[in-house]
Amino acid sequence: MDEAPQEKKRVPRQKMPEQHPMVRARNFNEVPTGYSPETAQLEAGRCLQCKKPTCISGCPVGVKIPEFIKLIKEGDFVAAARKVKETNALPAVCGRVCPQEIQCEGTCVLSKKGEAVAIGHLERFCADFERKTHQVCLPAKSAPNGKKVAVVGAGPAGLTVAGDLILLGYQVTIFEALHKPGGVLIYGIPEFRLPKETVEAEVKYLQSLGVELRLNTVIGTIRSVKELMEEDGYDAVFIGVGAGLPQFMKMPGENLCGVYSANEYLTRANLLKAYLFPRYDTPLARGRNVAVVGGGNVAMDSVRTALRLGADNASIIYRRSIDEMPARREEIHHGEQEGVQFKLLTNPVEVIGDERGWVKSIKCIKMELGEPDASGRRRPVPVRGSEFDLPVDLVVIAIGTDANPLLTANMPELKLNQWGYIEIDENGRTSVPLVYAGGDIVTCSATVILAMGAGRKAANAIHEDLMGKKAEFSQTCAAKI
Amino acid sequence: MNRIIERTELVPNVHKMVIEAPLLAKKVLPGHFLIIMADEEGERIPISVSDWDEKAGTVTIFFLEAGVSTMKLALKNAGDSLHAVVGPLGRPAKIGKYGTVLLGGGCYGIGAITSIARAMKAAGNKIIIITEARSKYLLYNQEVLRPLADNYIETTSDGSSGIKGKVQDVVQYITYQEKVDLAYFIGCTFMMMTCSNATRGKNLRTLVALNSLMLDGTGMCGVCRVTVGGQTKFACVDGPEFDGHQVDWLGVLQRKSMYLQEEMLAYQYHSCRALRPKEEESEQHG
Repeated sequence: MDEAPQEKKRVPRQKMPEQHPMVRARNFNEVPTGYSPETAQLEAGRCLQCKKPTCISGCPVGVKIPEFIKLIKEGDFVAAARKVKETNALPAVCGRVCPQEIQCEGTCVLSKKGEAVAIGHLERFCADFERKTHQVCLPAKSAPNGKKVAVVGAGPAGLTVAGDLILLGYQVTIFEALHKPGGVLIYGIPEFRLPKETVEAEVKYLQSLGVELRLNTVIGTIRSVKELMEEDGYDAVFIGVGAGLPQFMKMPGENLCGVYSANEYLTRANLLKAYLFPRYDTPLARGRNVAVVGGGNVAMDSVRTALRLGADNASIIYRRSIDEMPARREEIHHGEQEGVQFKLLTNPVEVIGDERGWVKSIKCIKMELGEPDASGRRRPVPVRGSEFDLPVDLVVIAIGTDANPLLTANMPELKLNQWGYIEIDENGRTSVPLVYAGGDIVTCSATVILAMGAGRKAANAIHEDLMGKKAEFSQTCAAKI
Repeated sequence: MNRIIERTELVPNVHKMVIEAPLLAKKVLPGHFLIIMADEEGERIPISVSDWDEKAGTVTIFFLEAGVSTMKLALKNAGDSLHAVVGPLGRPAKIGKYGTVLLGGGCYGIGAITSIARAMKAAGNKIIIITEARSKYLLYNQEVLRPLADNYIETTSDGSSGIKGKVQDVVQYITYQEKVDLAYFIGCTFMMMTCSNATRGKNLRTLVALNSLMLDGTGMCGVCRVTVGGQTKFACVDGPEFDGHQVDWLGVLQRKSMYLQEEMLAYQYHSCRALRPKEEESEQHG
């Protein structure tokens, strides 16, 4: 080994500055505040610029990681951002919410020897830099090809499809059921993890490119997919409606006042800005003792929202141990710092109400881990006679979602699997010609980046089917916005 | 988009609103509801569609001014726009030839039963319409409902018009007098509960259109869940029409009262300018 890599290894992974846990646990501002240009360059210098980069294979959309990091190291942050955008339409979002530790950073060579390059932090840095310094530019679009594509759902999958197709010369319309675009990025992920202005900027970027957005339009009721194609002249339709039906535990007392699905709790807080009540009209009960049932990212988002809304005690109730929690380590760590309590190996069995029909406690049972189950995780088994009451005044159920049948129920020709999710081939094609699907309505609850990866694939398939060509993108700057 | 064609206060606190929505007017069916947001800071509230005009491209709603969101709607006038109008949502009413159909409406329901009454009549049913209000001056929509009904009955709590009493009292009386095949009630939760209780045990199929709290109206949040026949249902996608004898009414009333305190606070906040942040004061309001 020569000396250069030795030198590189000596610089430790650069931490992103964060709000102090005790301060941030009471406000909705973003937790990590972002790299300075100096720190970003220092961190970028840690990248070994591997000849055969392993990080790219860990990325669902194949971001050219070593290339953009090299540009950051050289101080050309705007060029770095454009390099990312060649394959990722939402870098400021992905830099914040991707589980990099199991994707690009998990496969980084340095992770085997110590600490991986902070790829996510760098991605966020260059995207933020480009936007904050007003250097976002519109890439050159291919000449209009005369084809119209409808995208159903303005979430991460739909936004990716729209972003890809508009550059390829299509006329693209996104239909969104809610009054704001962004899907889970707007209604689900809280402000402190993903500032809404970031999402709004990404959507505005797509609109500047020419994507048309129709809000408050529920495809499946006001217009069917068939009508979009036969009457409205769309040549192809992409379905990215998400998995929207919240699951409940089916335990007694679940319909008491003060019991929320995570979808409701987060939608009130994020989309309808209930944390700014009464300036915004939508209310949200402010529990003093809040229990969130579940162990995923949505559960962590809910419990940390509860803290910020003034809870004295905010607990996660999870039936397995912390090692099996599906939430990102970073989220669990942030929650611990902020004072989230973890009631592990515990499962709720009943919600108990007072005489007004409000939650007063939640009855739980202790669990122990038995043999591994189908998912490979050790199966939790109840411990007999270990029931106990936890006094709470607010319960959030965050145990996942089912497929929402609102659109699919009106399309009998669309092939679904036994759980109601849409079946697709490896390129996003459904059983109906020129209808494509991707995101949570195909995969069940997954991540933003997987939905984006699915969107990218579907966009390629649409281009192949309609134009008979492979998609090619460039990020040559055509106009500043 | 979502331009208001007409907004009239028919009787104190009850408003009729006609909204421009051509696509909606083509697809809406009796029993459907809309989610409406008055402005960007507003709540998303469900409101039954009462009528529509496919040619003119409009839909008509009736609402009772009862809190901030409906107050904001009541302050809108012809020419103004709504921030969001989403629909048609929910399952449409099951229209068919049943024989004699009794329709009971109270409050905004006096307006909301219109399209169901019309469709039931067109399906060949004998129509009995009963409306209720506290006093004569709160009754409305007679000119539309009277021609649709074979038997049109008004009730008032104070006896100032029609029969002294409520819909439930007349229902008791009528069901003794003649065979009714289907009863359908729309109004406040309490009215739908008492009317359902009035037909209980009479072998009379009873439907109600629940008006639970909602956010998205598409099944995504579950706030509208209600226990029907021991099972949890979502009023937005499984309803809003349910069997009134199977509904857990206490649960519905409790869940509807979840935000009473907040509703009052919001109302005070909006009507009391002193409570508002300073910067909003300087904004120009046309």
